[in-house]
Amino acid sequence: MFRFLVRRVIGALVILLIISAVTFSLYYALPRDPARMACGKVCTPELLAQVRHNLGIADPLPVQYWHWLQGVFVGRDYGGLGNCNAPCLGFSFTNREPVLGTIMDRLPLTISLALGASVFFLIIGVGTGMIAAVKQGRAADKIASSFSLLGSSLQIYFVGYIAMYFLVQQLGLLEQPSYTPFTENPAKWAAGLLLPWLVLSIIFTANYTRMTRSQLVEQLSEDYVRTARAKGMSRRSVFFRFAWRGAMGPIVTIFGIDMGTLIGGAIITESVFSLQGLGRLALTAVDANDLPMLLGVTMVAAGAIVFANIIVDAVYALIDPRIRLA
Amino acid sequence: MTSTDQQAFLSVRDLKVHFSTEDGIVKAVDGLSFDLEKGKTLGIVGESGSGKSVTNLTILGLHDRHRTAIDGEILLDGKELTTARESELEKLRGNKMAMIFQDALASLSPYHTIGKQIGETYRKHTGASKSEARKRAIEMLRRVGIPQPDMRVDDYPHQFSGGMRQRAMIAMALVCDPELLIADEPTTALDVTVQAQIMDLLKDLQQEFGTAIVFITHDLGVIADIADDVLVMYGGRCVERGTKEEVLRTPQHPYTVGLLSSMPSLDGPVDVPLSPIPGSPPSLLNPPSGCRFHPRCTFAEKVPGGLCSTERPLLKVEAGRGSACHLTLDQRQEFFADLAATRH
Amino acid sequence: MSNTNPLLDVTGLTKHFPVKGGFPIRRTVGAVQAVDGLDFQVNEGEALGLVGESGCGKSTTGRLITRLLEPTGGKISYRGQDITHAGRKELAPVRSEIQMIFQDPYASLNPRQTVGKIISGPMEINDINPEGGREKRVRELLEIVGLNPEHYNRFPHEFSGGQRQRIGVARALALEPKLIVADEPVSALDVSIQAQVVNLLQKVQQELGIAFVFIAHDLAVVRHFSQRVAVMYLGKIVEIADRDDLYGNPRHPYTKALLSAVPEATVDETPARERIRLQGDVPSPLNPPSGCRFRTRCWKATEKCATEAPPLVQVEGNKPGHLTACHYPETEGTIPAPRLSKDPQAAA
Repeated sequence: MFRFLVRRVIGALVILLIISAVTFSLYYALPRDPARMACGKVCTPELLAQVRHNLGIADPLPVQYWHWLQGVFVGRDYGGLGNCNAPCLGFSFTNREPVLGTIMDRLPLTISLALGASVFFLIIGVGTGMIAAVKQGRAADKIASSFSLLGSSLQIYFVGYIAMYFLVQQLGLLEQPSYTPFTENPAKWAAGLLLPWLVLSIIFTANYTRMTRSQLVEQLSEDYVRTARAKGMSRRSVFFRFAWRGAMGPIVTIFGIDMGTLIGGAIITESVFSLQGLGRLALTAVDANDLPMLLGVTMVAAGAIVFANIIVDAVYALIDPRIRLA
Repeated sequence: MTSTDQQAFLSVRDLKVHFSTEDGIVKAVDGLSFDLEKGKTLGIVGESGSGKSVTNLTILGLHDRHRTAIDGEILLDGKELTTARESELEKLRGNKMAMIFQDALASLSPYHTIGKQIGETYRKHTGASKSEARKRAIEMLRRVGIPQPDMRVDDYPHQFSGGMRQRAMIAMALVCDPELLIADEPTTALDVTVQAQIMDLLKDLQQEFGTAIVFITHDLGVIADIADDVLVMYGGRCVERGTKEEVLRTPQHPYTVGLLSSMPSLDGPVDVPLSPIPGSPPSLLNPPSGCRFHPRCTFAEKVPGGLCSTERPLLKVEAGRGSACHLTLDQRQEFFADLAATRH
Repeated sequence: MSNTNPLLDVTGLTKHFPVKGGFPIRRTVGAVQAVDGLDFQVNEGEALGLVGESGCGKSTTGRLITRLLEPTGGKISYRGQDITHAGRKELAPVRSEIQMIFQDPYASLNPRQTVGKIISGPMEINDINPEGGREKRVRELLEIVGLNPEHYNRFPHEFSGGQRQRIGVARALALEPKLIVADEPVSALDVSIQAQVVNLLQKVQQELGIAFVFIAHDLAVVRHFSQRVAVMYLGKIVEIADRDDLYGNPRHPYTKALLSAVPEATVDETPARERIRLQGDVPSPLNPPSGCRFRTRCWKATEKCATEAPPLVQVEGNKPGHLTACHYPETEGTIPAPRLSKDPQAAA
C-alpha cells in the first residue's frame, strides 16, 4: 500500500510538471505581449525592457520555464515588483502580487462550494439510487430513473437563474448567494451558499442515482449475493454487507473525479451566483492575459484532480482486497 | 426413492415454476416430483434450460418472488417450503439445507476472508461468538482438506486455487451440519483430477454426516460416480427416473438413450461417428407441444396417431422407476437394444 | 512421425509472459512460463490432440501456432518456412492456410454482422474472389457445415449455440485452410450438441484432408477425434503418442492419473482403470517446480526428479513415436505404490 502510494505520488508530480510545461508553451504561442499591457500608456522602449525583465519574460521560453520551476521550490525575487516566497507560482501581471496568495484567498469559497454540494448530491443521489435498486422495475424505480434523466439534462445557468429568480427574489425563501468564511459565522456561511449547493447538487445527483442504481443492480445479481442468501443471510444484511460493498468502488471513483473538478473551480456556478472563487479567478486571468495567474489556477486545479484520483485509488484498495493483495 | 406412502426427507410434489418475462411466461419447471432420503444422493441430469437449476433455487426459496409463480409442494422433513415465510426460510437456509454452486470464485464474496464467510453462517444460525466462529471455520477448512487451515482462514477467495475454493465453499455449506445439501454443478468448472478429489470429499462427508445430497450435473459420468438415484430432466419435466444402475444400464427414455450414445468414452470404438441427438434443446418460452422431446426424437414417428406431438406422456412410476414416453415397453426394448453397440 | 516433411514443425517453442513488479521503479521481476520448450509435429491431414488441465499451456500453444501470440523462443515451421517471427506481410499467405476455431460460440461472432458477412470476412480481408462470387461460396460453406444456405442474411443471435459453432467452422473453412487450430470447440456446448459438432469437425478433417490441432480438456472427446495425442502439464509435453498407445499404454504417471480421474458413464462392477487420486492442485507456472514439473504431485518422485528434468524420449517399451518425459515410467499393469501424502502447499 505504501509502495503504491509513493509510486502514484511520483507519477502525479510528473503529470503536474508536464501540465505546467504545456500551459506555459501554449500561452507563449499566443500573439499577445503582457509586458506592453503592463507597461501602461507612457511606455518607452527602455521602460518596456525593464518591465519585461521584472516580469521575467525577457528570457527565452525554456529559461523562463526554468525560472518558474525554481520559484516553485526556492522562491523568486521580482526586482522592483517585490519578493515571492517559495512555493512561488509566479507573480501576477495584473494585481502585482504573488499568485498563490490570491489563489489561497479564493480557495476556501471553492472548497466550501464543493464540499457542501457533495454532501447534498451524495445523500440524495446515493439514497435515491438505493431505493431504485431495491424497488427494481417498480414505480419507485421508474420515478427515480425519470428524475435522474431530467436532472442530468438540466444546465446550471438555466436552473441557477430560475432558482435565483423564484426562490430568492420572488419568494424570498433563500438568501442571495454570498460568501462568509466558515470560521467567521458558520450559519451565515451555510445560508449564503445554500442555493448554489442545491443547484449544483441537482446537476450532480442524477449521475449518482444512476450510478448507484446500476451498480447495485449488477451487484445484487452477482453469484456471491445468491450464496449469501443461500447461507440464510437476510435481504437487508446481504444488501449492505455484500452488494453495497461492491457498488461502492465505482461510486467513489466518480466522486473523486467530481471533487477534483469542483475544487478546480466551478466556473459556471460561480459566475451565475457572482461568487469569487477559483473559477472566476481563472476567467479574469484569461481576460487579463495574466499568465502567472492562469498557470497558478491551472496547477491548483490539476493538482486537485490528480490527487483526488490517488485518494480514490487508495480507497478502492481498502474496499477491494483483490487490488490490495494483488 | 422408495414408495411414496412413507414420508421422505425431501419430497417434491408436482412442482411448477413459471416466470413472467417481457416475452411471455417461461415454464421453467412443469410438474416435477421426487423424493430423497437422508444419506442418499439424487443426481439430476439435464442440459441448459432443462429446469434443473431452477428447481433447486426454488427449494431454497431463492427465486425472484416478484416474477415467479410456484405451484406444488416442497416438503422438507414434513415442512412445507413453498408457502413458508421468508424469515422461516432464512432460518433453514445454511442451517438445515445448504447449497454449493458451480463457480466458486464468483460465488464467494471477494470482499471478505474465507474464514469470515464460513464463520458468518455459523454465527447466524448458532449465535456463536466471533472467536468460536473462527475456530469452527478453521475446523471446517481442515475437514475439507485445506492445508494449514489456521493460516488460510484469513485469506481471501482470490488467494485460493480453483479446487481449494470449491473446498472452502463446501466447508461453508456444511458448517452447520445441514441435512440437505444441494450441489449445482459443483465440479463442472474444475479440472478432472480436482473434480475427482471434490467428489471423493463429498462422498466421505456424506458417509460421515448422513447428508441427503441433490447433485445437479449435465455429466452422466459424474452421475455414475456419485448418485444413488437419477432423475433426467428435459424441457422442465422429468422424462426418466430410477436408480443409477437402472437408468445407465437400461435407459427407458429416448432422450436418455440419446445422451448416453452421443457421449464418447475412453474405450469405445473410435472409427465410427458419434450418434448425436439432432436439433437443439427447446425454448421454455414456447415449448413444443405434447412430448417436449418429440421434435428431436428419432422414434416419434413409431408412435401411431402423432400422439407424441399432441399429448403429454405421463410419467408412470413404479417402485421409483419410471419414464415419460408414448413408446410401449416392447418397442423400447427393440429400439434401444443396439444401444450397447453404439456406445462409444 | 516417420514423415520427414511435417506440415507444422514446432521445436523448443517457449512463451513466457513477463510479470511486472518491484519498487520504486516497475520492472520485469519474473515470468509466467506458460509454454516451455515444446517439440511436436503435425502431419498433413492429421489430427493432433492437445490435452491437459487449466494452466498447462495448451491454449497458449494454439495461439502461438496461429501467431496470435509472439513466441519468446523456439521455432515454428510451416511447410518448411520459418514463421516464428514472420512479419505481417510474410505471414499473410500462411495465415489464410492456418485457421482457428474458438471455444465460445457467443463471443467469437460479431453480433452486428450477418452470417454471410462473417463467413465471407476472411475472403474479403485476403482479397480472394472464388469462382461464382463470394456469396455462392458462403452458401456452399453453409451447406457443408449443415446449415441452411438460405440463412445467409441472418444474424448470430438467431442461432443456437451449436449452430453458431457451425458458423465458426464455416468461417474457418472459407480460405480452404490446411491446418485448423480448434481451441475447446465443444466445451461450451450442451452434451447433446457436442457430438454434432465433433462429427462435423471429423467430417471436415476426413473429407477435406485438413490437419487439426485439437485442444481440449475432455479426454474422451480428444480420443475420439485425434490420431495422435500430446498431454501437457505446466507448460511442457509430458507424453505424446498415437491415440491407441497413449490411452492403452500410458507411461507417464500424470497421463495415467488423468485417465483414471475421468468419470465414465458406466456402472460396471469392476472399474476399467485403477483409481489414482492426485493430491493438491497444479502449482503456479510463475514458479514451477524444479526438475520434473509433475514431481510435487507424483507418487513416484525421488531426489532425481527434483534435480533433473526428464527428457521427452522413447522410453523402453514404447512404440516408435511414443515419447514420455519421465525418469520412472509406468509399466503396463503395474499398481502404483501407495500415494505419498504430500502437502500440496509445498508445491505452491
